[in-house]
Amino acid sequence: MPKKTLNEFKTEYLQVLDENGNIDASLMPKLSGQEIKKIYETMVLVRTFDQKAFNMQRQGRIGTYIQIKGQEASQVGCAIALNDDDWIFPTYRESGLLIARKHPISQVLQYWSGDERGLKAPDGINNFPISIPVGTQLPHAVGAGWAAKLRKTKQVAVACFGDGATSKGDFHEALNFAGVYNVPVIFLCQNNQYAISLPRSRQTKAETIAQKAAAYGISGIQVDGNDVFAVYMAAEEAAARARKGEGPTLIECFTYRLADHSTSDDAQRYRPKEEAEYWRKRDPVQRLEKFMEGKGMLDDNHKKEASEKASARIETEVEKFEKIKSSSPEDIFRYVFAEMTPRQQEQMKDILGER
Amino acid sequence: MTTANMVQAVNMAMRQELKRDKRVMVLGEDVGLNGGVFRATDGLQKEFGSERVVDTPLAELGIIGASIGLAVNGMLPVAEIQFSGFMMGSFDQIYSHAGRIRMRSRGRFSCPLVIRTPYGGGIRALELHCESNEAIFSQTPGIKMVVPSNPYDAKGLLAAAIRDPDPVIFYEPMRIYRAIKQDIPDEEYVVPIGKANVIREGEDLTLIAWGSMLKTSTEAVDKLNNKHSVEIIDLRTINPFDAETIINSVKKTGRCVIVHEAIKTGGFAAEIIATINDKALLSLEAPVMRVTAPDVPYPLAKLENYYLPSHERIIKAIEKVMSWNSLYYFHLSHFQ
Repeated sequence: MPKKTLNEFKTEYLQVLDENGNIDASLMPKLSGQEIKKIYETMVLVRTFDQKAFNMQRQGRIGTYIQIKGQEASQVGCAIALNDDDWIFPTYRESGLLIARKHPISQVLQYWSGDERGLKAPDGINNFPISIPVGTQLPHAVGAGWAAKLRKTKQVAVACFGDGATSKGDFHEALNFAGVYNVPVIFLCQNNQYAISLPRSRQTKAETIAQKAAAYGISGIQVDGNDVFAVYMAAEEAAARARKGEGPTLIECFTYRLADHSTSDDAQRYRPKEEAEYWRKRDPVQRLEKFMEGKGMLDDNHKKEASEKASARIETEVEKFEKIKSSSPEDIFRYVFAEMTPRQQEQMKDILGER
Repeated sequence: MTTANMVQAVNMAMRQELKRDKRVMVLGEDVGLNGGVFRATDGLQKEFGSERVVDTPLAELGIIGASIGLAVNGMLPVAEIQFSGFMMGSFDQIYSHAGRIRMRSRGRFSCPLVIRTPYGGGIRALELHCESNEAIFSQTPGIKMVVPSNPYDAKGLLAAAIRDPDPVIFYEPMRIYRAIKQDIPDEEYVVPIGKANVIREGEDLTLIAWGSMLKTSTEAVDKLNNKHSVEIIDLRTINPFDAETIINSVKKTGRCVIVHEAIKTGGFAAEIIATINDKALLSLEAPVMRVTAPDVPYPLAKLENYYLPSHERIIKAIEKVMSWNSLYYFHLSHFQ
């Protein structure tokens, strides 16, 4: 009896805007000039913030910070496809996504300065506290999406993670559950090519991360993660399908971390210089600028204006952050349970010197 | 009133809560069609449908991780882990997330989740089916840890756990799942989390136990035929535990024995003793003794009786504490 092929899979790749600023008009999402300008300003804001936060770490004004440079399109592109009451389950490399999702910038700095109050999302915006252990937040997004489905809220839940997280069991269990219960979830993988020092090729033998979706019976696509239009389009489509009850999607944003892993890392130890050069030519912000310039939507004056506007806003937020009074020691007891236990009350008095 | 054993009481509590609040759902391996490997969820899927009583893939981390997301977004999940020995696969989720969500979001989000699991030995089960690792969860901030010892408490405590605004781990003593029958009310009631129960008053010695060890300990005390007047306390909640009831009792009796199925070093008895030292040291007539499992992995069936606290070991500990003569030992240490 001859062997039969039971199934075959193909993995789609989406790019709308190339590194020279040219678009494929047939793929271009419907966005007004005003909307594109807003996207550009958000990306500039995020990049300005990232540089400022890095500088502040070097000046000792905040603690360890995780840079996002190079990944602005992946984060902003996803954010604009979502509603406020949709859920995001971010990692530590998601300051851009948080800012694009209306998380106050002063609070983002507050978190990186070692103050948990920075994680408290504004009312009505479902930004879950960032996850520190890699990949552990993926099943939360599945549960939140599942609850949305049961409660018929039309919310979508987005799990954010990197290429490294796809090696964890959490990735498998989350994608498997999402498929089984067909829940409204987007798995947004920013494949930035490195998990600290380990290249993507050492995380998996699979050619792409997107193709892993096939094994779970869910949709998967690889997009140019430095192309904000492609990311937006993929996220928009995935969200629309999720809201219609058509289940989860794995989106692999193919991108690059232009910065070190963290402010304590030195990427020169493990990455060739030429590689960063290659990716710098594919910069997500510059590429959008080229496109907008070509369309007559942007000139040097506008660029300067956008940059100054972003810097002014960041400076205001930094001032606001630096005026925040440190919290009282009671704060570490107050939110563990809905009600403090007798032991916690006793321990609090102890720390406050009242016993 | 219904005459029920522990499994039936647990089932009644879930049925009651599923009826009471449509946000409540039950999920786990084999909990639906099969009704759970111990039948704790028997009939629930038939009554409430497969959206609310859900058979999950075989994945402990996935069950707890997804339950966290469900809880955060408005559901009240009651997740079952088939045996407590399998909890470790989900420990990262419990430790790194469930217990920290309210704190990290400064009250914006919370995680009203219940994790039920059968625990403990004495049923000649397979490897990693008999663990008694409750102390791990006393070292996990933000997590409540409850262990009932009888059907009445099982129903009332599980109802309280499901209504609790924070994550609660609910350990069900397998060994006495069907060993004790009680008449329990059909009406709703809760047994509050964090309150111990003085099940027998006494004057000479305080005996503290929880879960299946309460039955073993009570039987051991009965074998002494009222030789000593023993006060027996069912701790019921490991975290947050009821120090007040323990201290009041020890101040009265001056002597104490603690019995648990978990291993000795770092077991929860150690925390109880430290608390007694803090608050009732001068009331003590003798050192507090522990009857526990030794610091070894849970052995297979043929040797498990040596591992578990027995009537004999409990009686020996009681006699030793009762016969303790501090003056005698004072002399011994000074004139040796």
